[in-house]
Amino acid sequence: MEQSLSVSVWRGDARGAFREYRVPRRENQTVLDVVTWIQRRLDSSLAYRFACRVGMCGSCAMTVNGVARWTCRTHVSRVAAGGRLELAPLANLPVIRDLVCDLEPFFEKWQRARGRFEPAAPERTEFAVVAPQTPERRAVDAGIECIGCAVCYASCDVVAWNPEYLGPAALNRAWTLVNDVRDGAHGARLAAVAGGAGCHACHTHMSCTEYCPKGIAPTAAIAGLKRLTLRAWWRGEL
Amino acid sequence: MSARLETRLWVAQRASAAVLAVLVAVHLVTIVYAVRGGLSAAEILARLDGHAGWFLFYAAFSLAAAAHGAIGLRVVAQEWLGWRGRSLDVAAVVVALLLAALGLRATWALTV
Amino acid sequence: MSTWRARNHPAWWAFLVHRLSGVLLAAFLPLHFWALAQALDGAARLDAFLRWSEQPLVKAAETGLVLLLAAHLTGGLRLLALEFLAWRPWQKSLLAAAAGMSFAAALVFALHVV
Repeated sequence: MEQSLSVSVWRGDARGAFREYRVPRRENQTVLDVVTWIQRRLDSSLAYRFACRVGMCGSCAMTVNGVARWTCRTHVSRVAAGGRLELAPLANLPVIRDLVCDLEPFFEKWQRARGRFEPAAPERTEFAVVAPQTPERRAVDAGIECIGCAVCYASCDVVAWNPEYLGPAALNRAWTLVNDVRDGAHGARLAAVAGGAGCHACHTHMSCTEYCPKGIAPTAAIAGLKRLTLRAWWRGEL
Repeated sequence: MSARLETRLWVAQRASAAVLAVLVAVHLVTIVYAVRGGLSAAEILARLDGHAGWFLFYAAFSLAAAAHGAIGLRVVAQEWLGWRGRSLDVAAVVVALLLAALGLRATWALTV
Repeated sequence: MSTWRARNHPAWWAFLVHRLSGVLLAAFLPLHFWALAQALDGAARLDAFLRWSEQPLVKAAETGLVLLLAAHLTGGLRLLALEFLAWRPWQKSLLAAAAGMSFAAALVFALHVV
């Protein structure tokens, strides 16, 4: 094992550049350890995000050697071929500074996809009963663990090529809500996720599914939305 | 372009794809069979000329391919050339009509 | 470009093959239609074109086209399966099946024209 790592870190905003740092190599080192070491020992002006550091919050998501990952869950030994690391902010989002990007567009599209629960009948007061083994509940279960880390959004080429595209996370959340039997906005939500900005823009690249740290398959959710919007269109309900 | 219209284009793309899946499969088998021992105009015309079935087959093929190709190229132009708006839609329609016209002309040439 | 490192997985390559084959086929179609319409000027005109196409280079190009068509067809069937059938584990293998069938079709064609 080499004694040190060569780490290229993006500094500045969109018009910035990569700067080189030398970081001591350790056993059981994560990329988050590396970034933190740089900020504490070499350059305190480096801006980056993290919170839980145990793979629960998704705050540490950034581009590591060209691939969007959680740095706290990425062991250096797995990605630093030849002792080299390249760190950049998440793609497809505006860069605030260094490794920090602005997640506003990501969450704004989440709202545009109506990715929020809208209660059906407010006058009902008894608890809704949702049997866990129903197909709808299982469809929800497959996608409900999303924590909005934006790795899928950063990995999606359609997001890069089509500025209006709502993206895998927003559509995946819409799918979980469309399958929520308690929700009351089904028709309106299908209208929100149909079209060239919605599920119909997905070309099944499957980068979202490939890189989701929670093992969610947004591609499956989006395929489900394609089927439901087709049915709604066929019935003139769209 | 509205979400409803774009949904309709997506549906047309998938529907024409399903139609083409059958037609292309038949076409591939036919062509592989036909090229055995060389190909001549006489052989082709003997098989196709005056045949109503082949006329319908290749007419449907031309129309489905024209729609499928134009819708597909439109998306590629949007995503890879950044071309959007009215001019792209007009271009897509022109491509569709051109392919349909050329295809039907070829169909006519061989089956009528 | 750094983005290519993230694109290096099977489903992405399947997409690229599908899109490129589609674009190339769309570009080829007008030529194909024009060549066939030579029959409008009589069988002799079509024969002249067919004789021209007997050259090895043209036969190689035709085999390539059959490969593109088979690839686009099988890739398209894979997409229709992924989109219209509820998600299943075996769907991952569709890509391999699609690739296999494309090559088989092209091979059969090549054997028949050589």
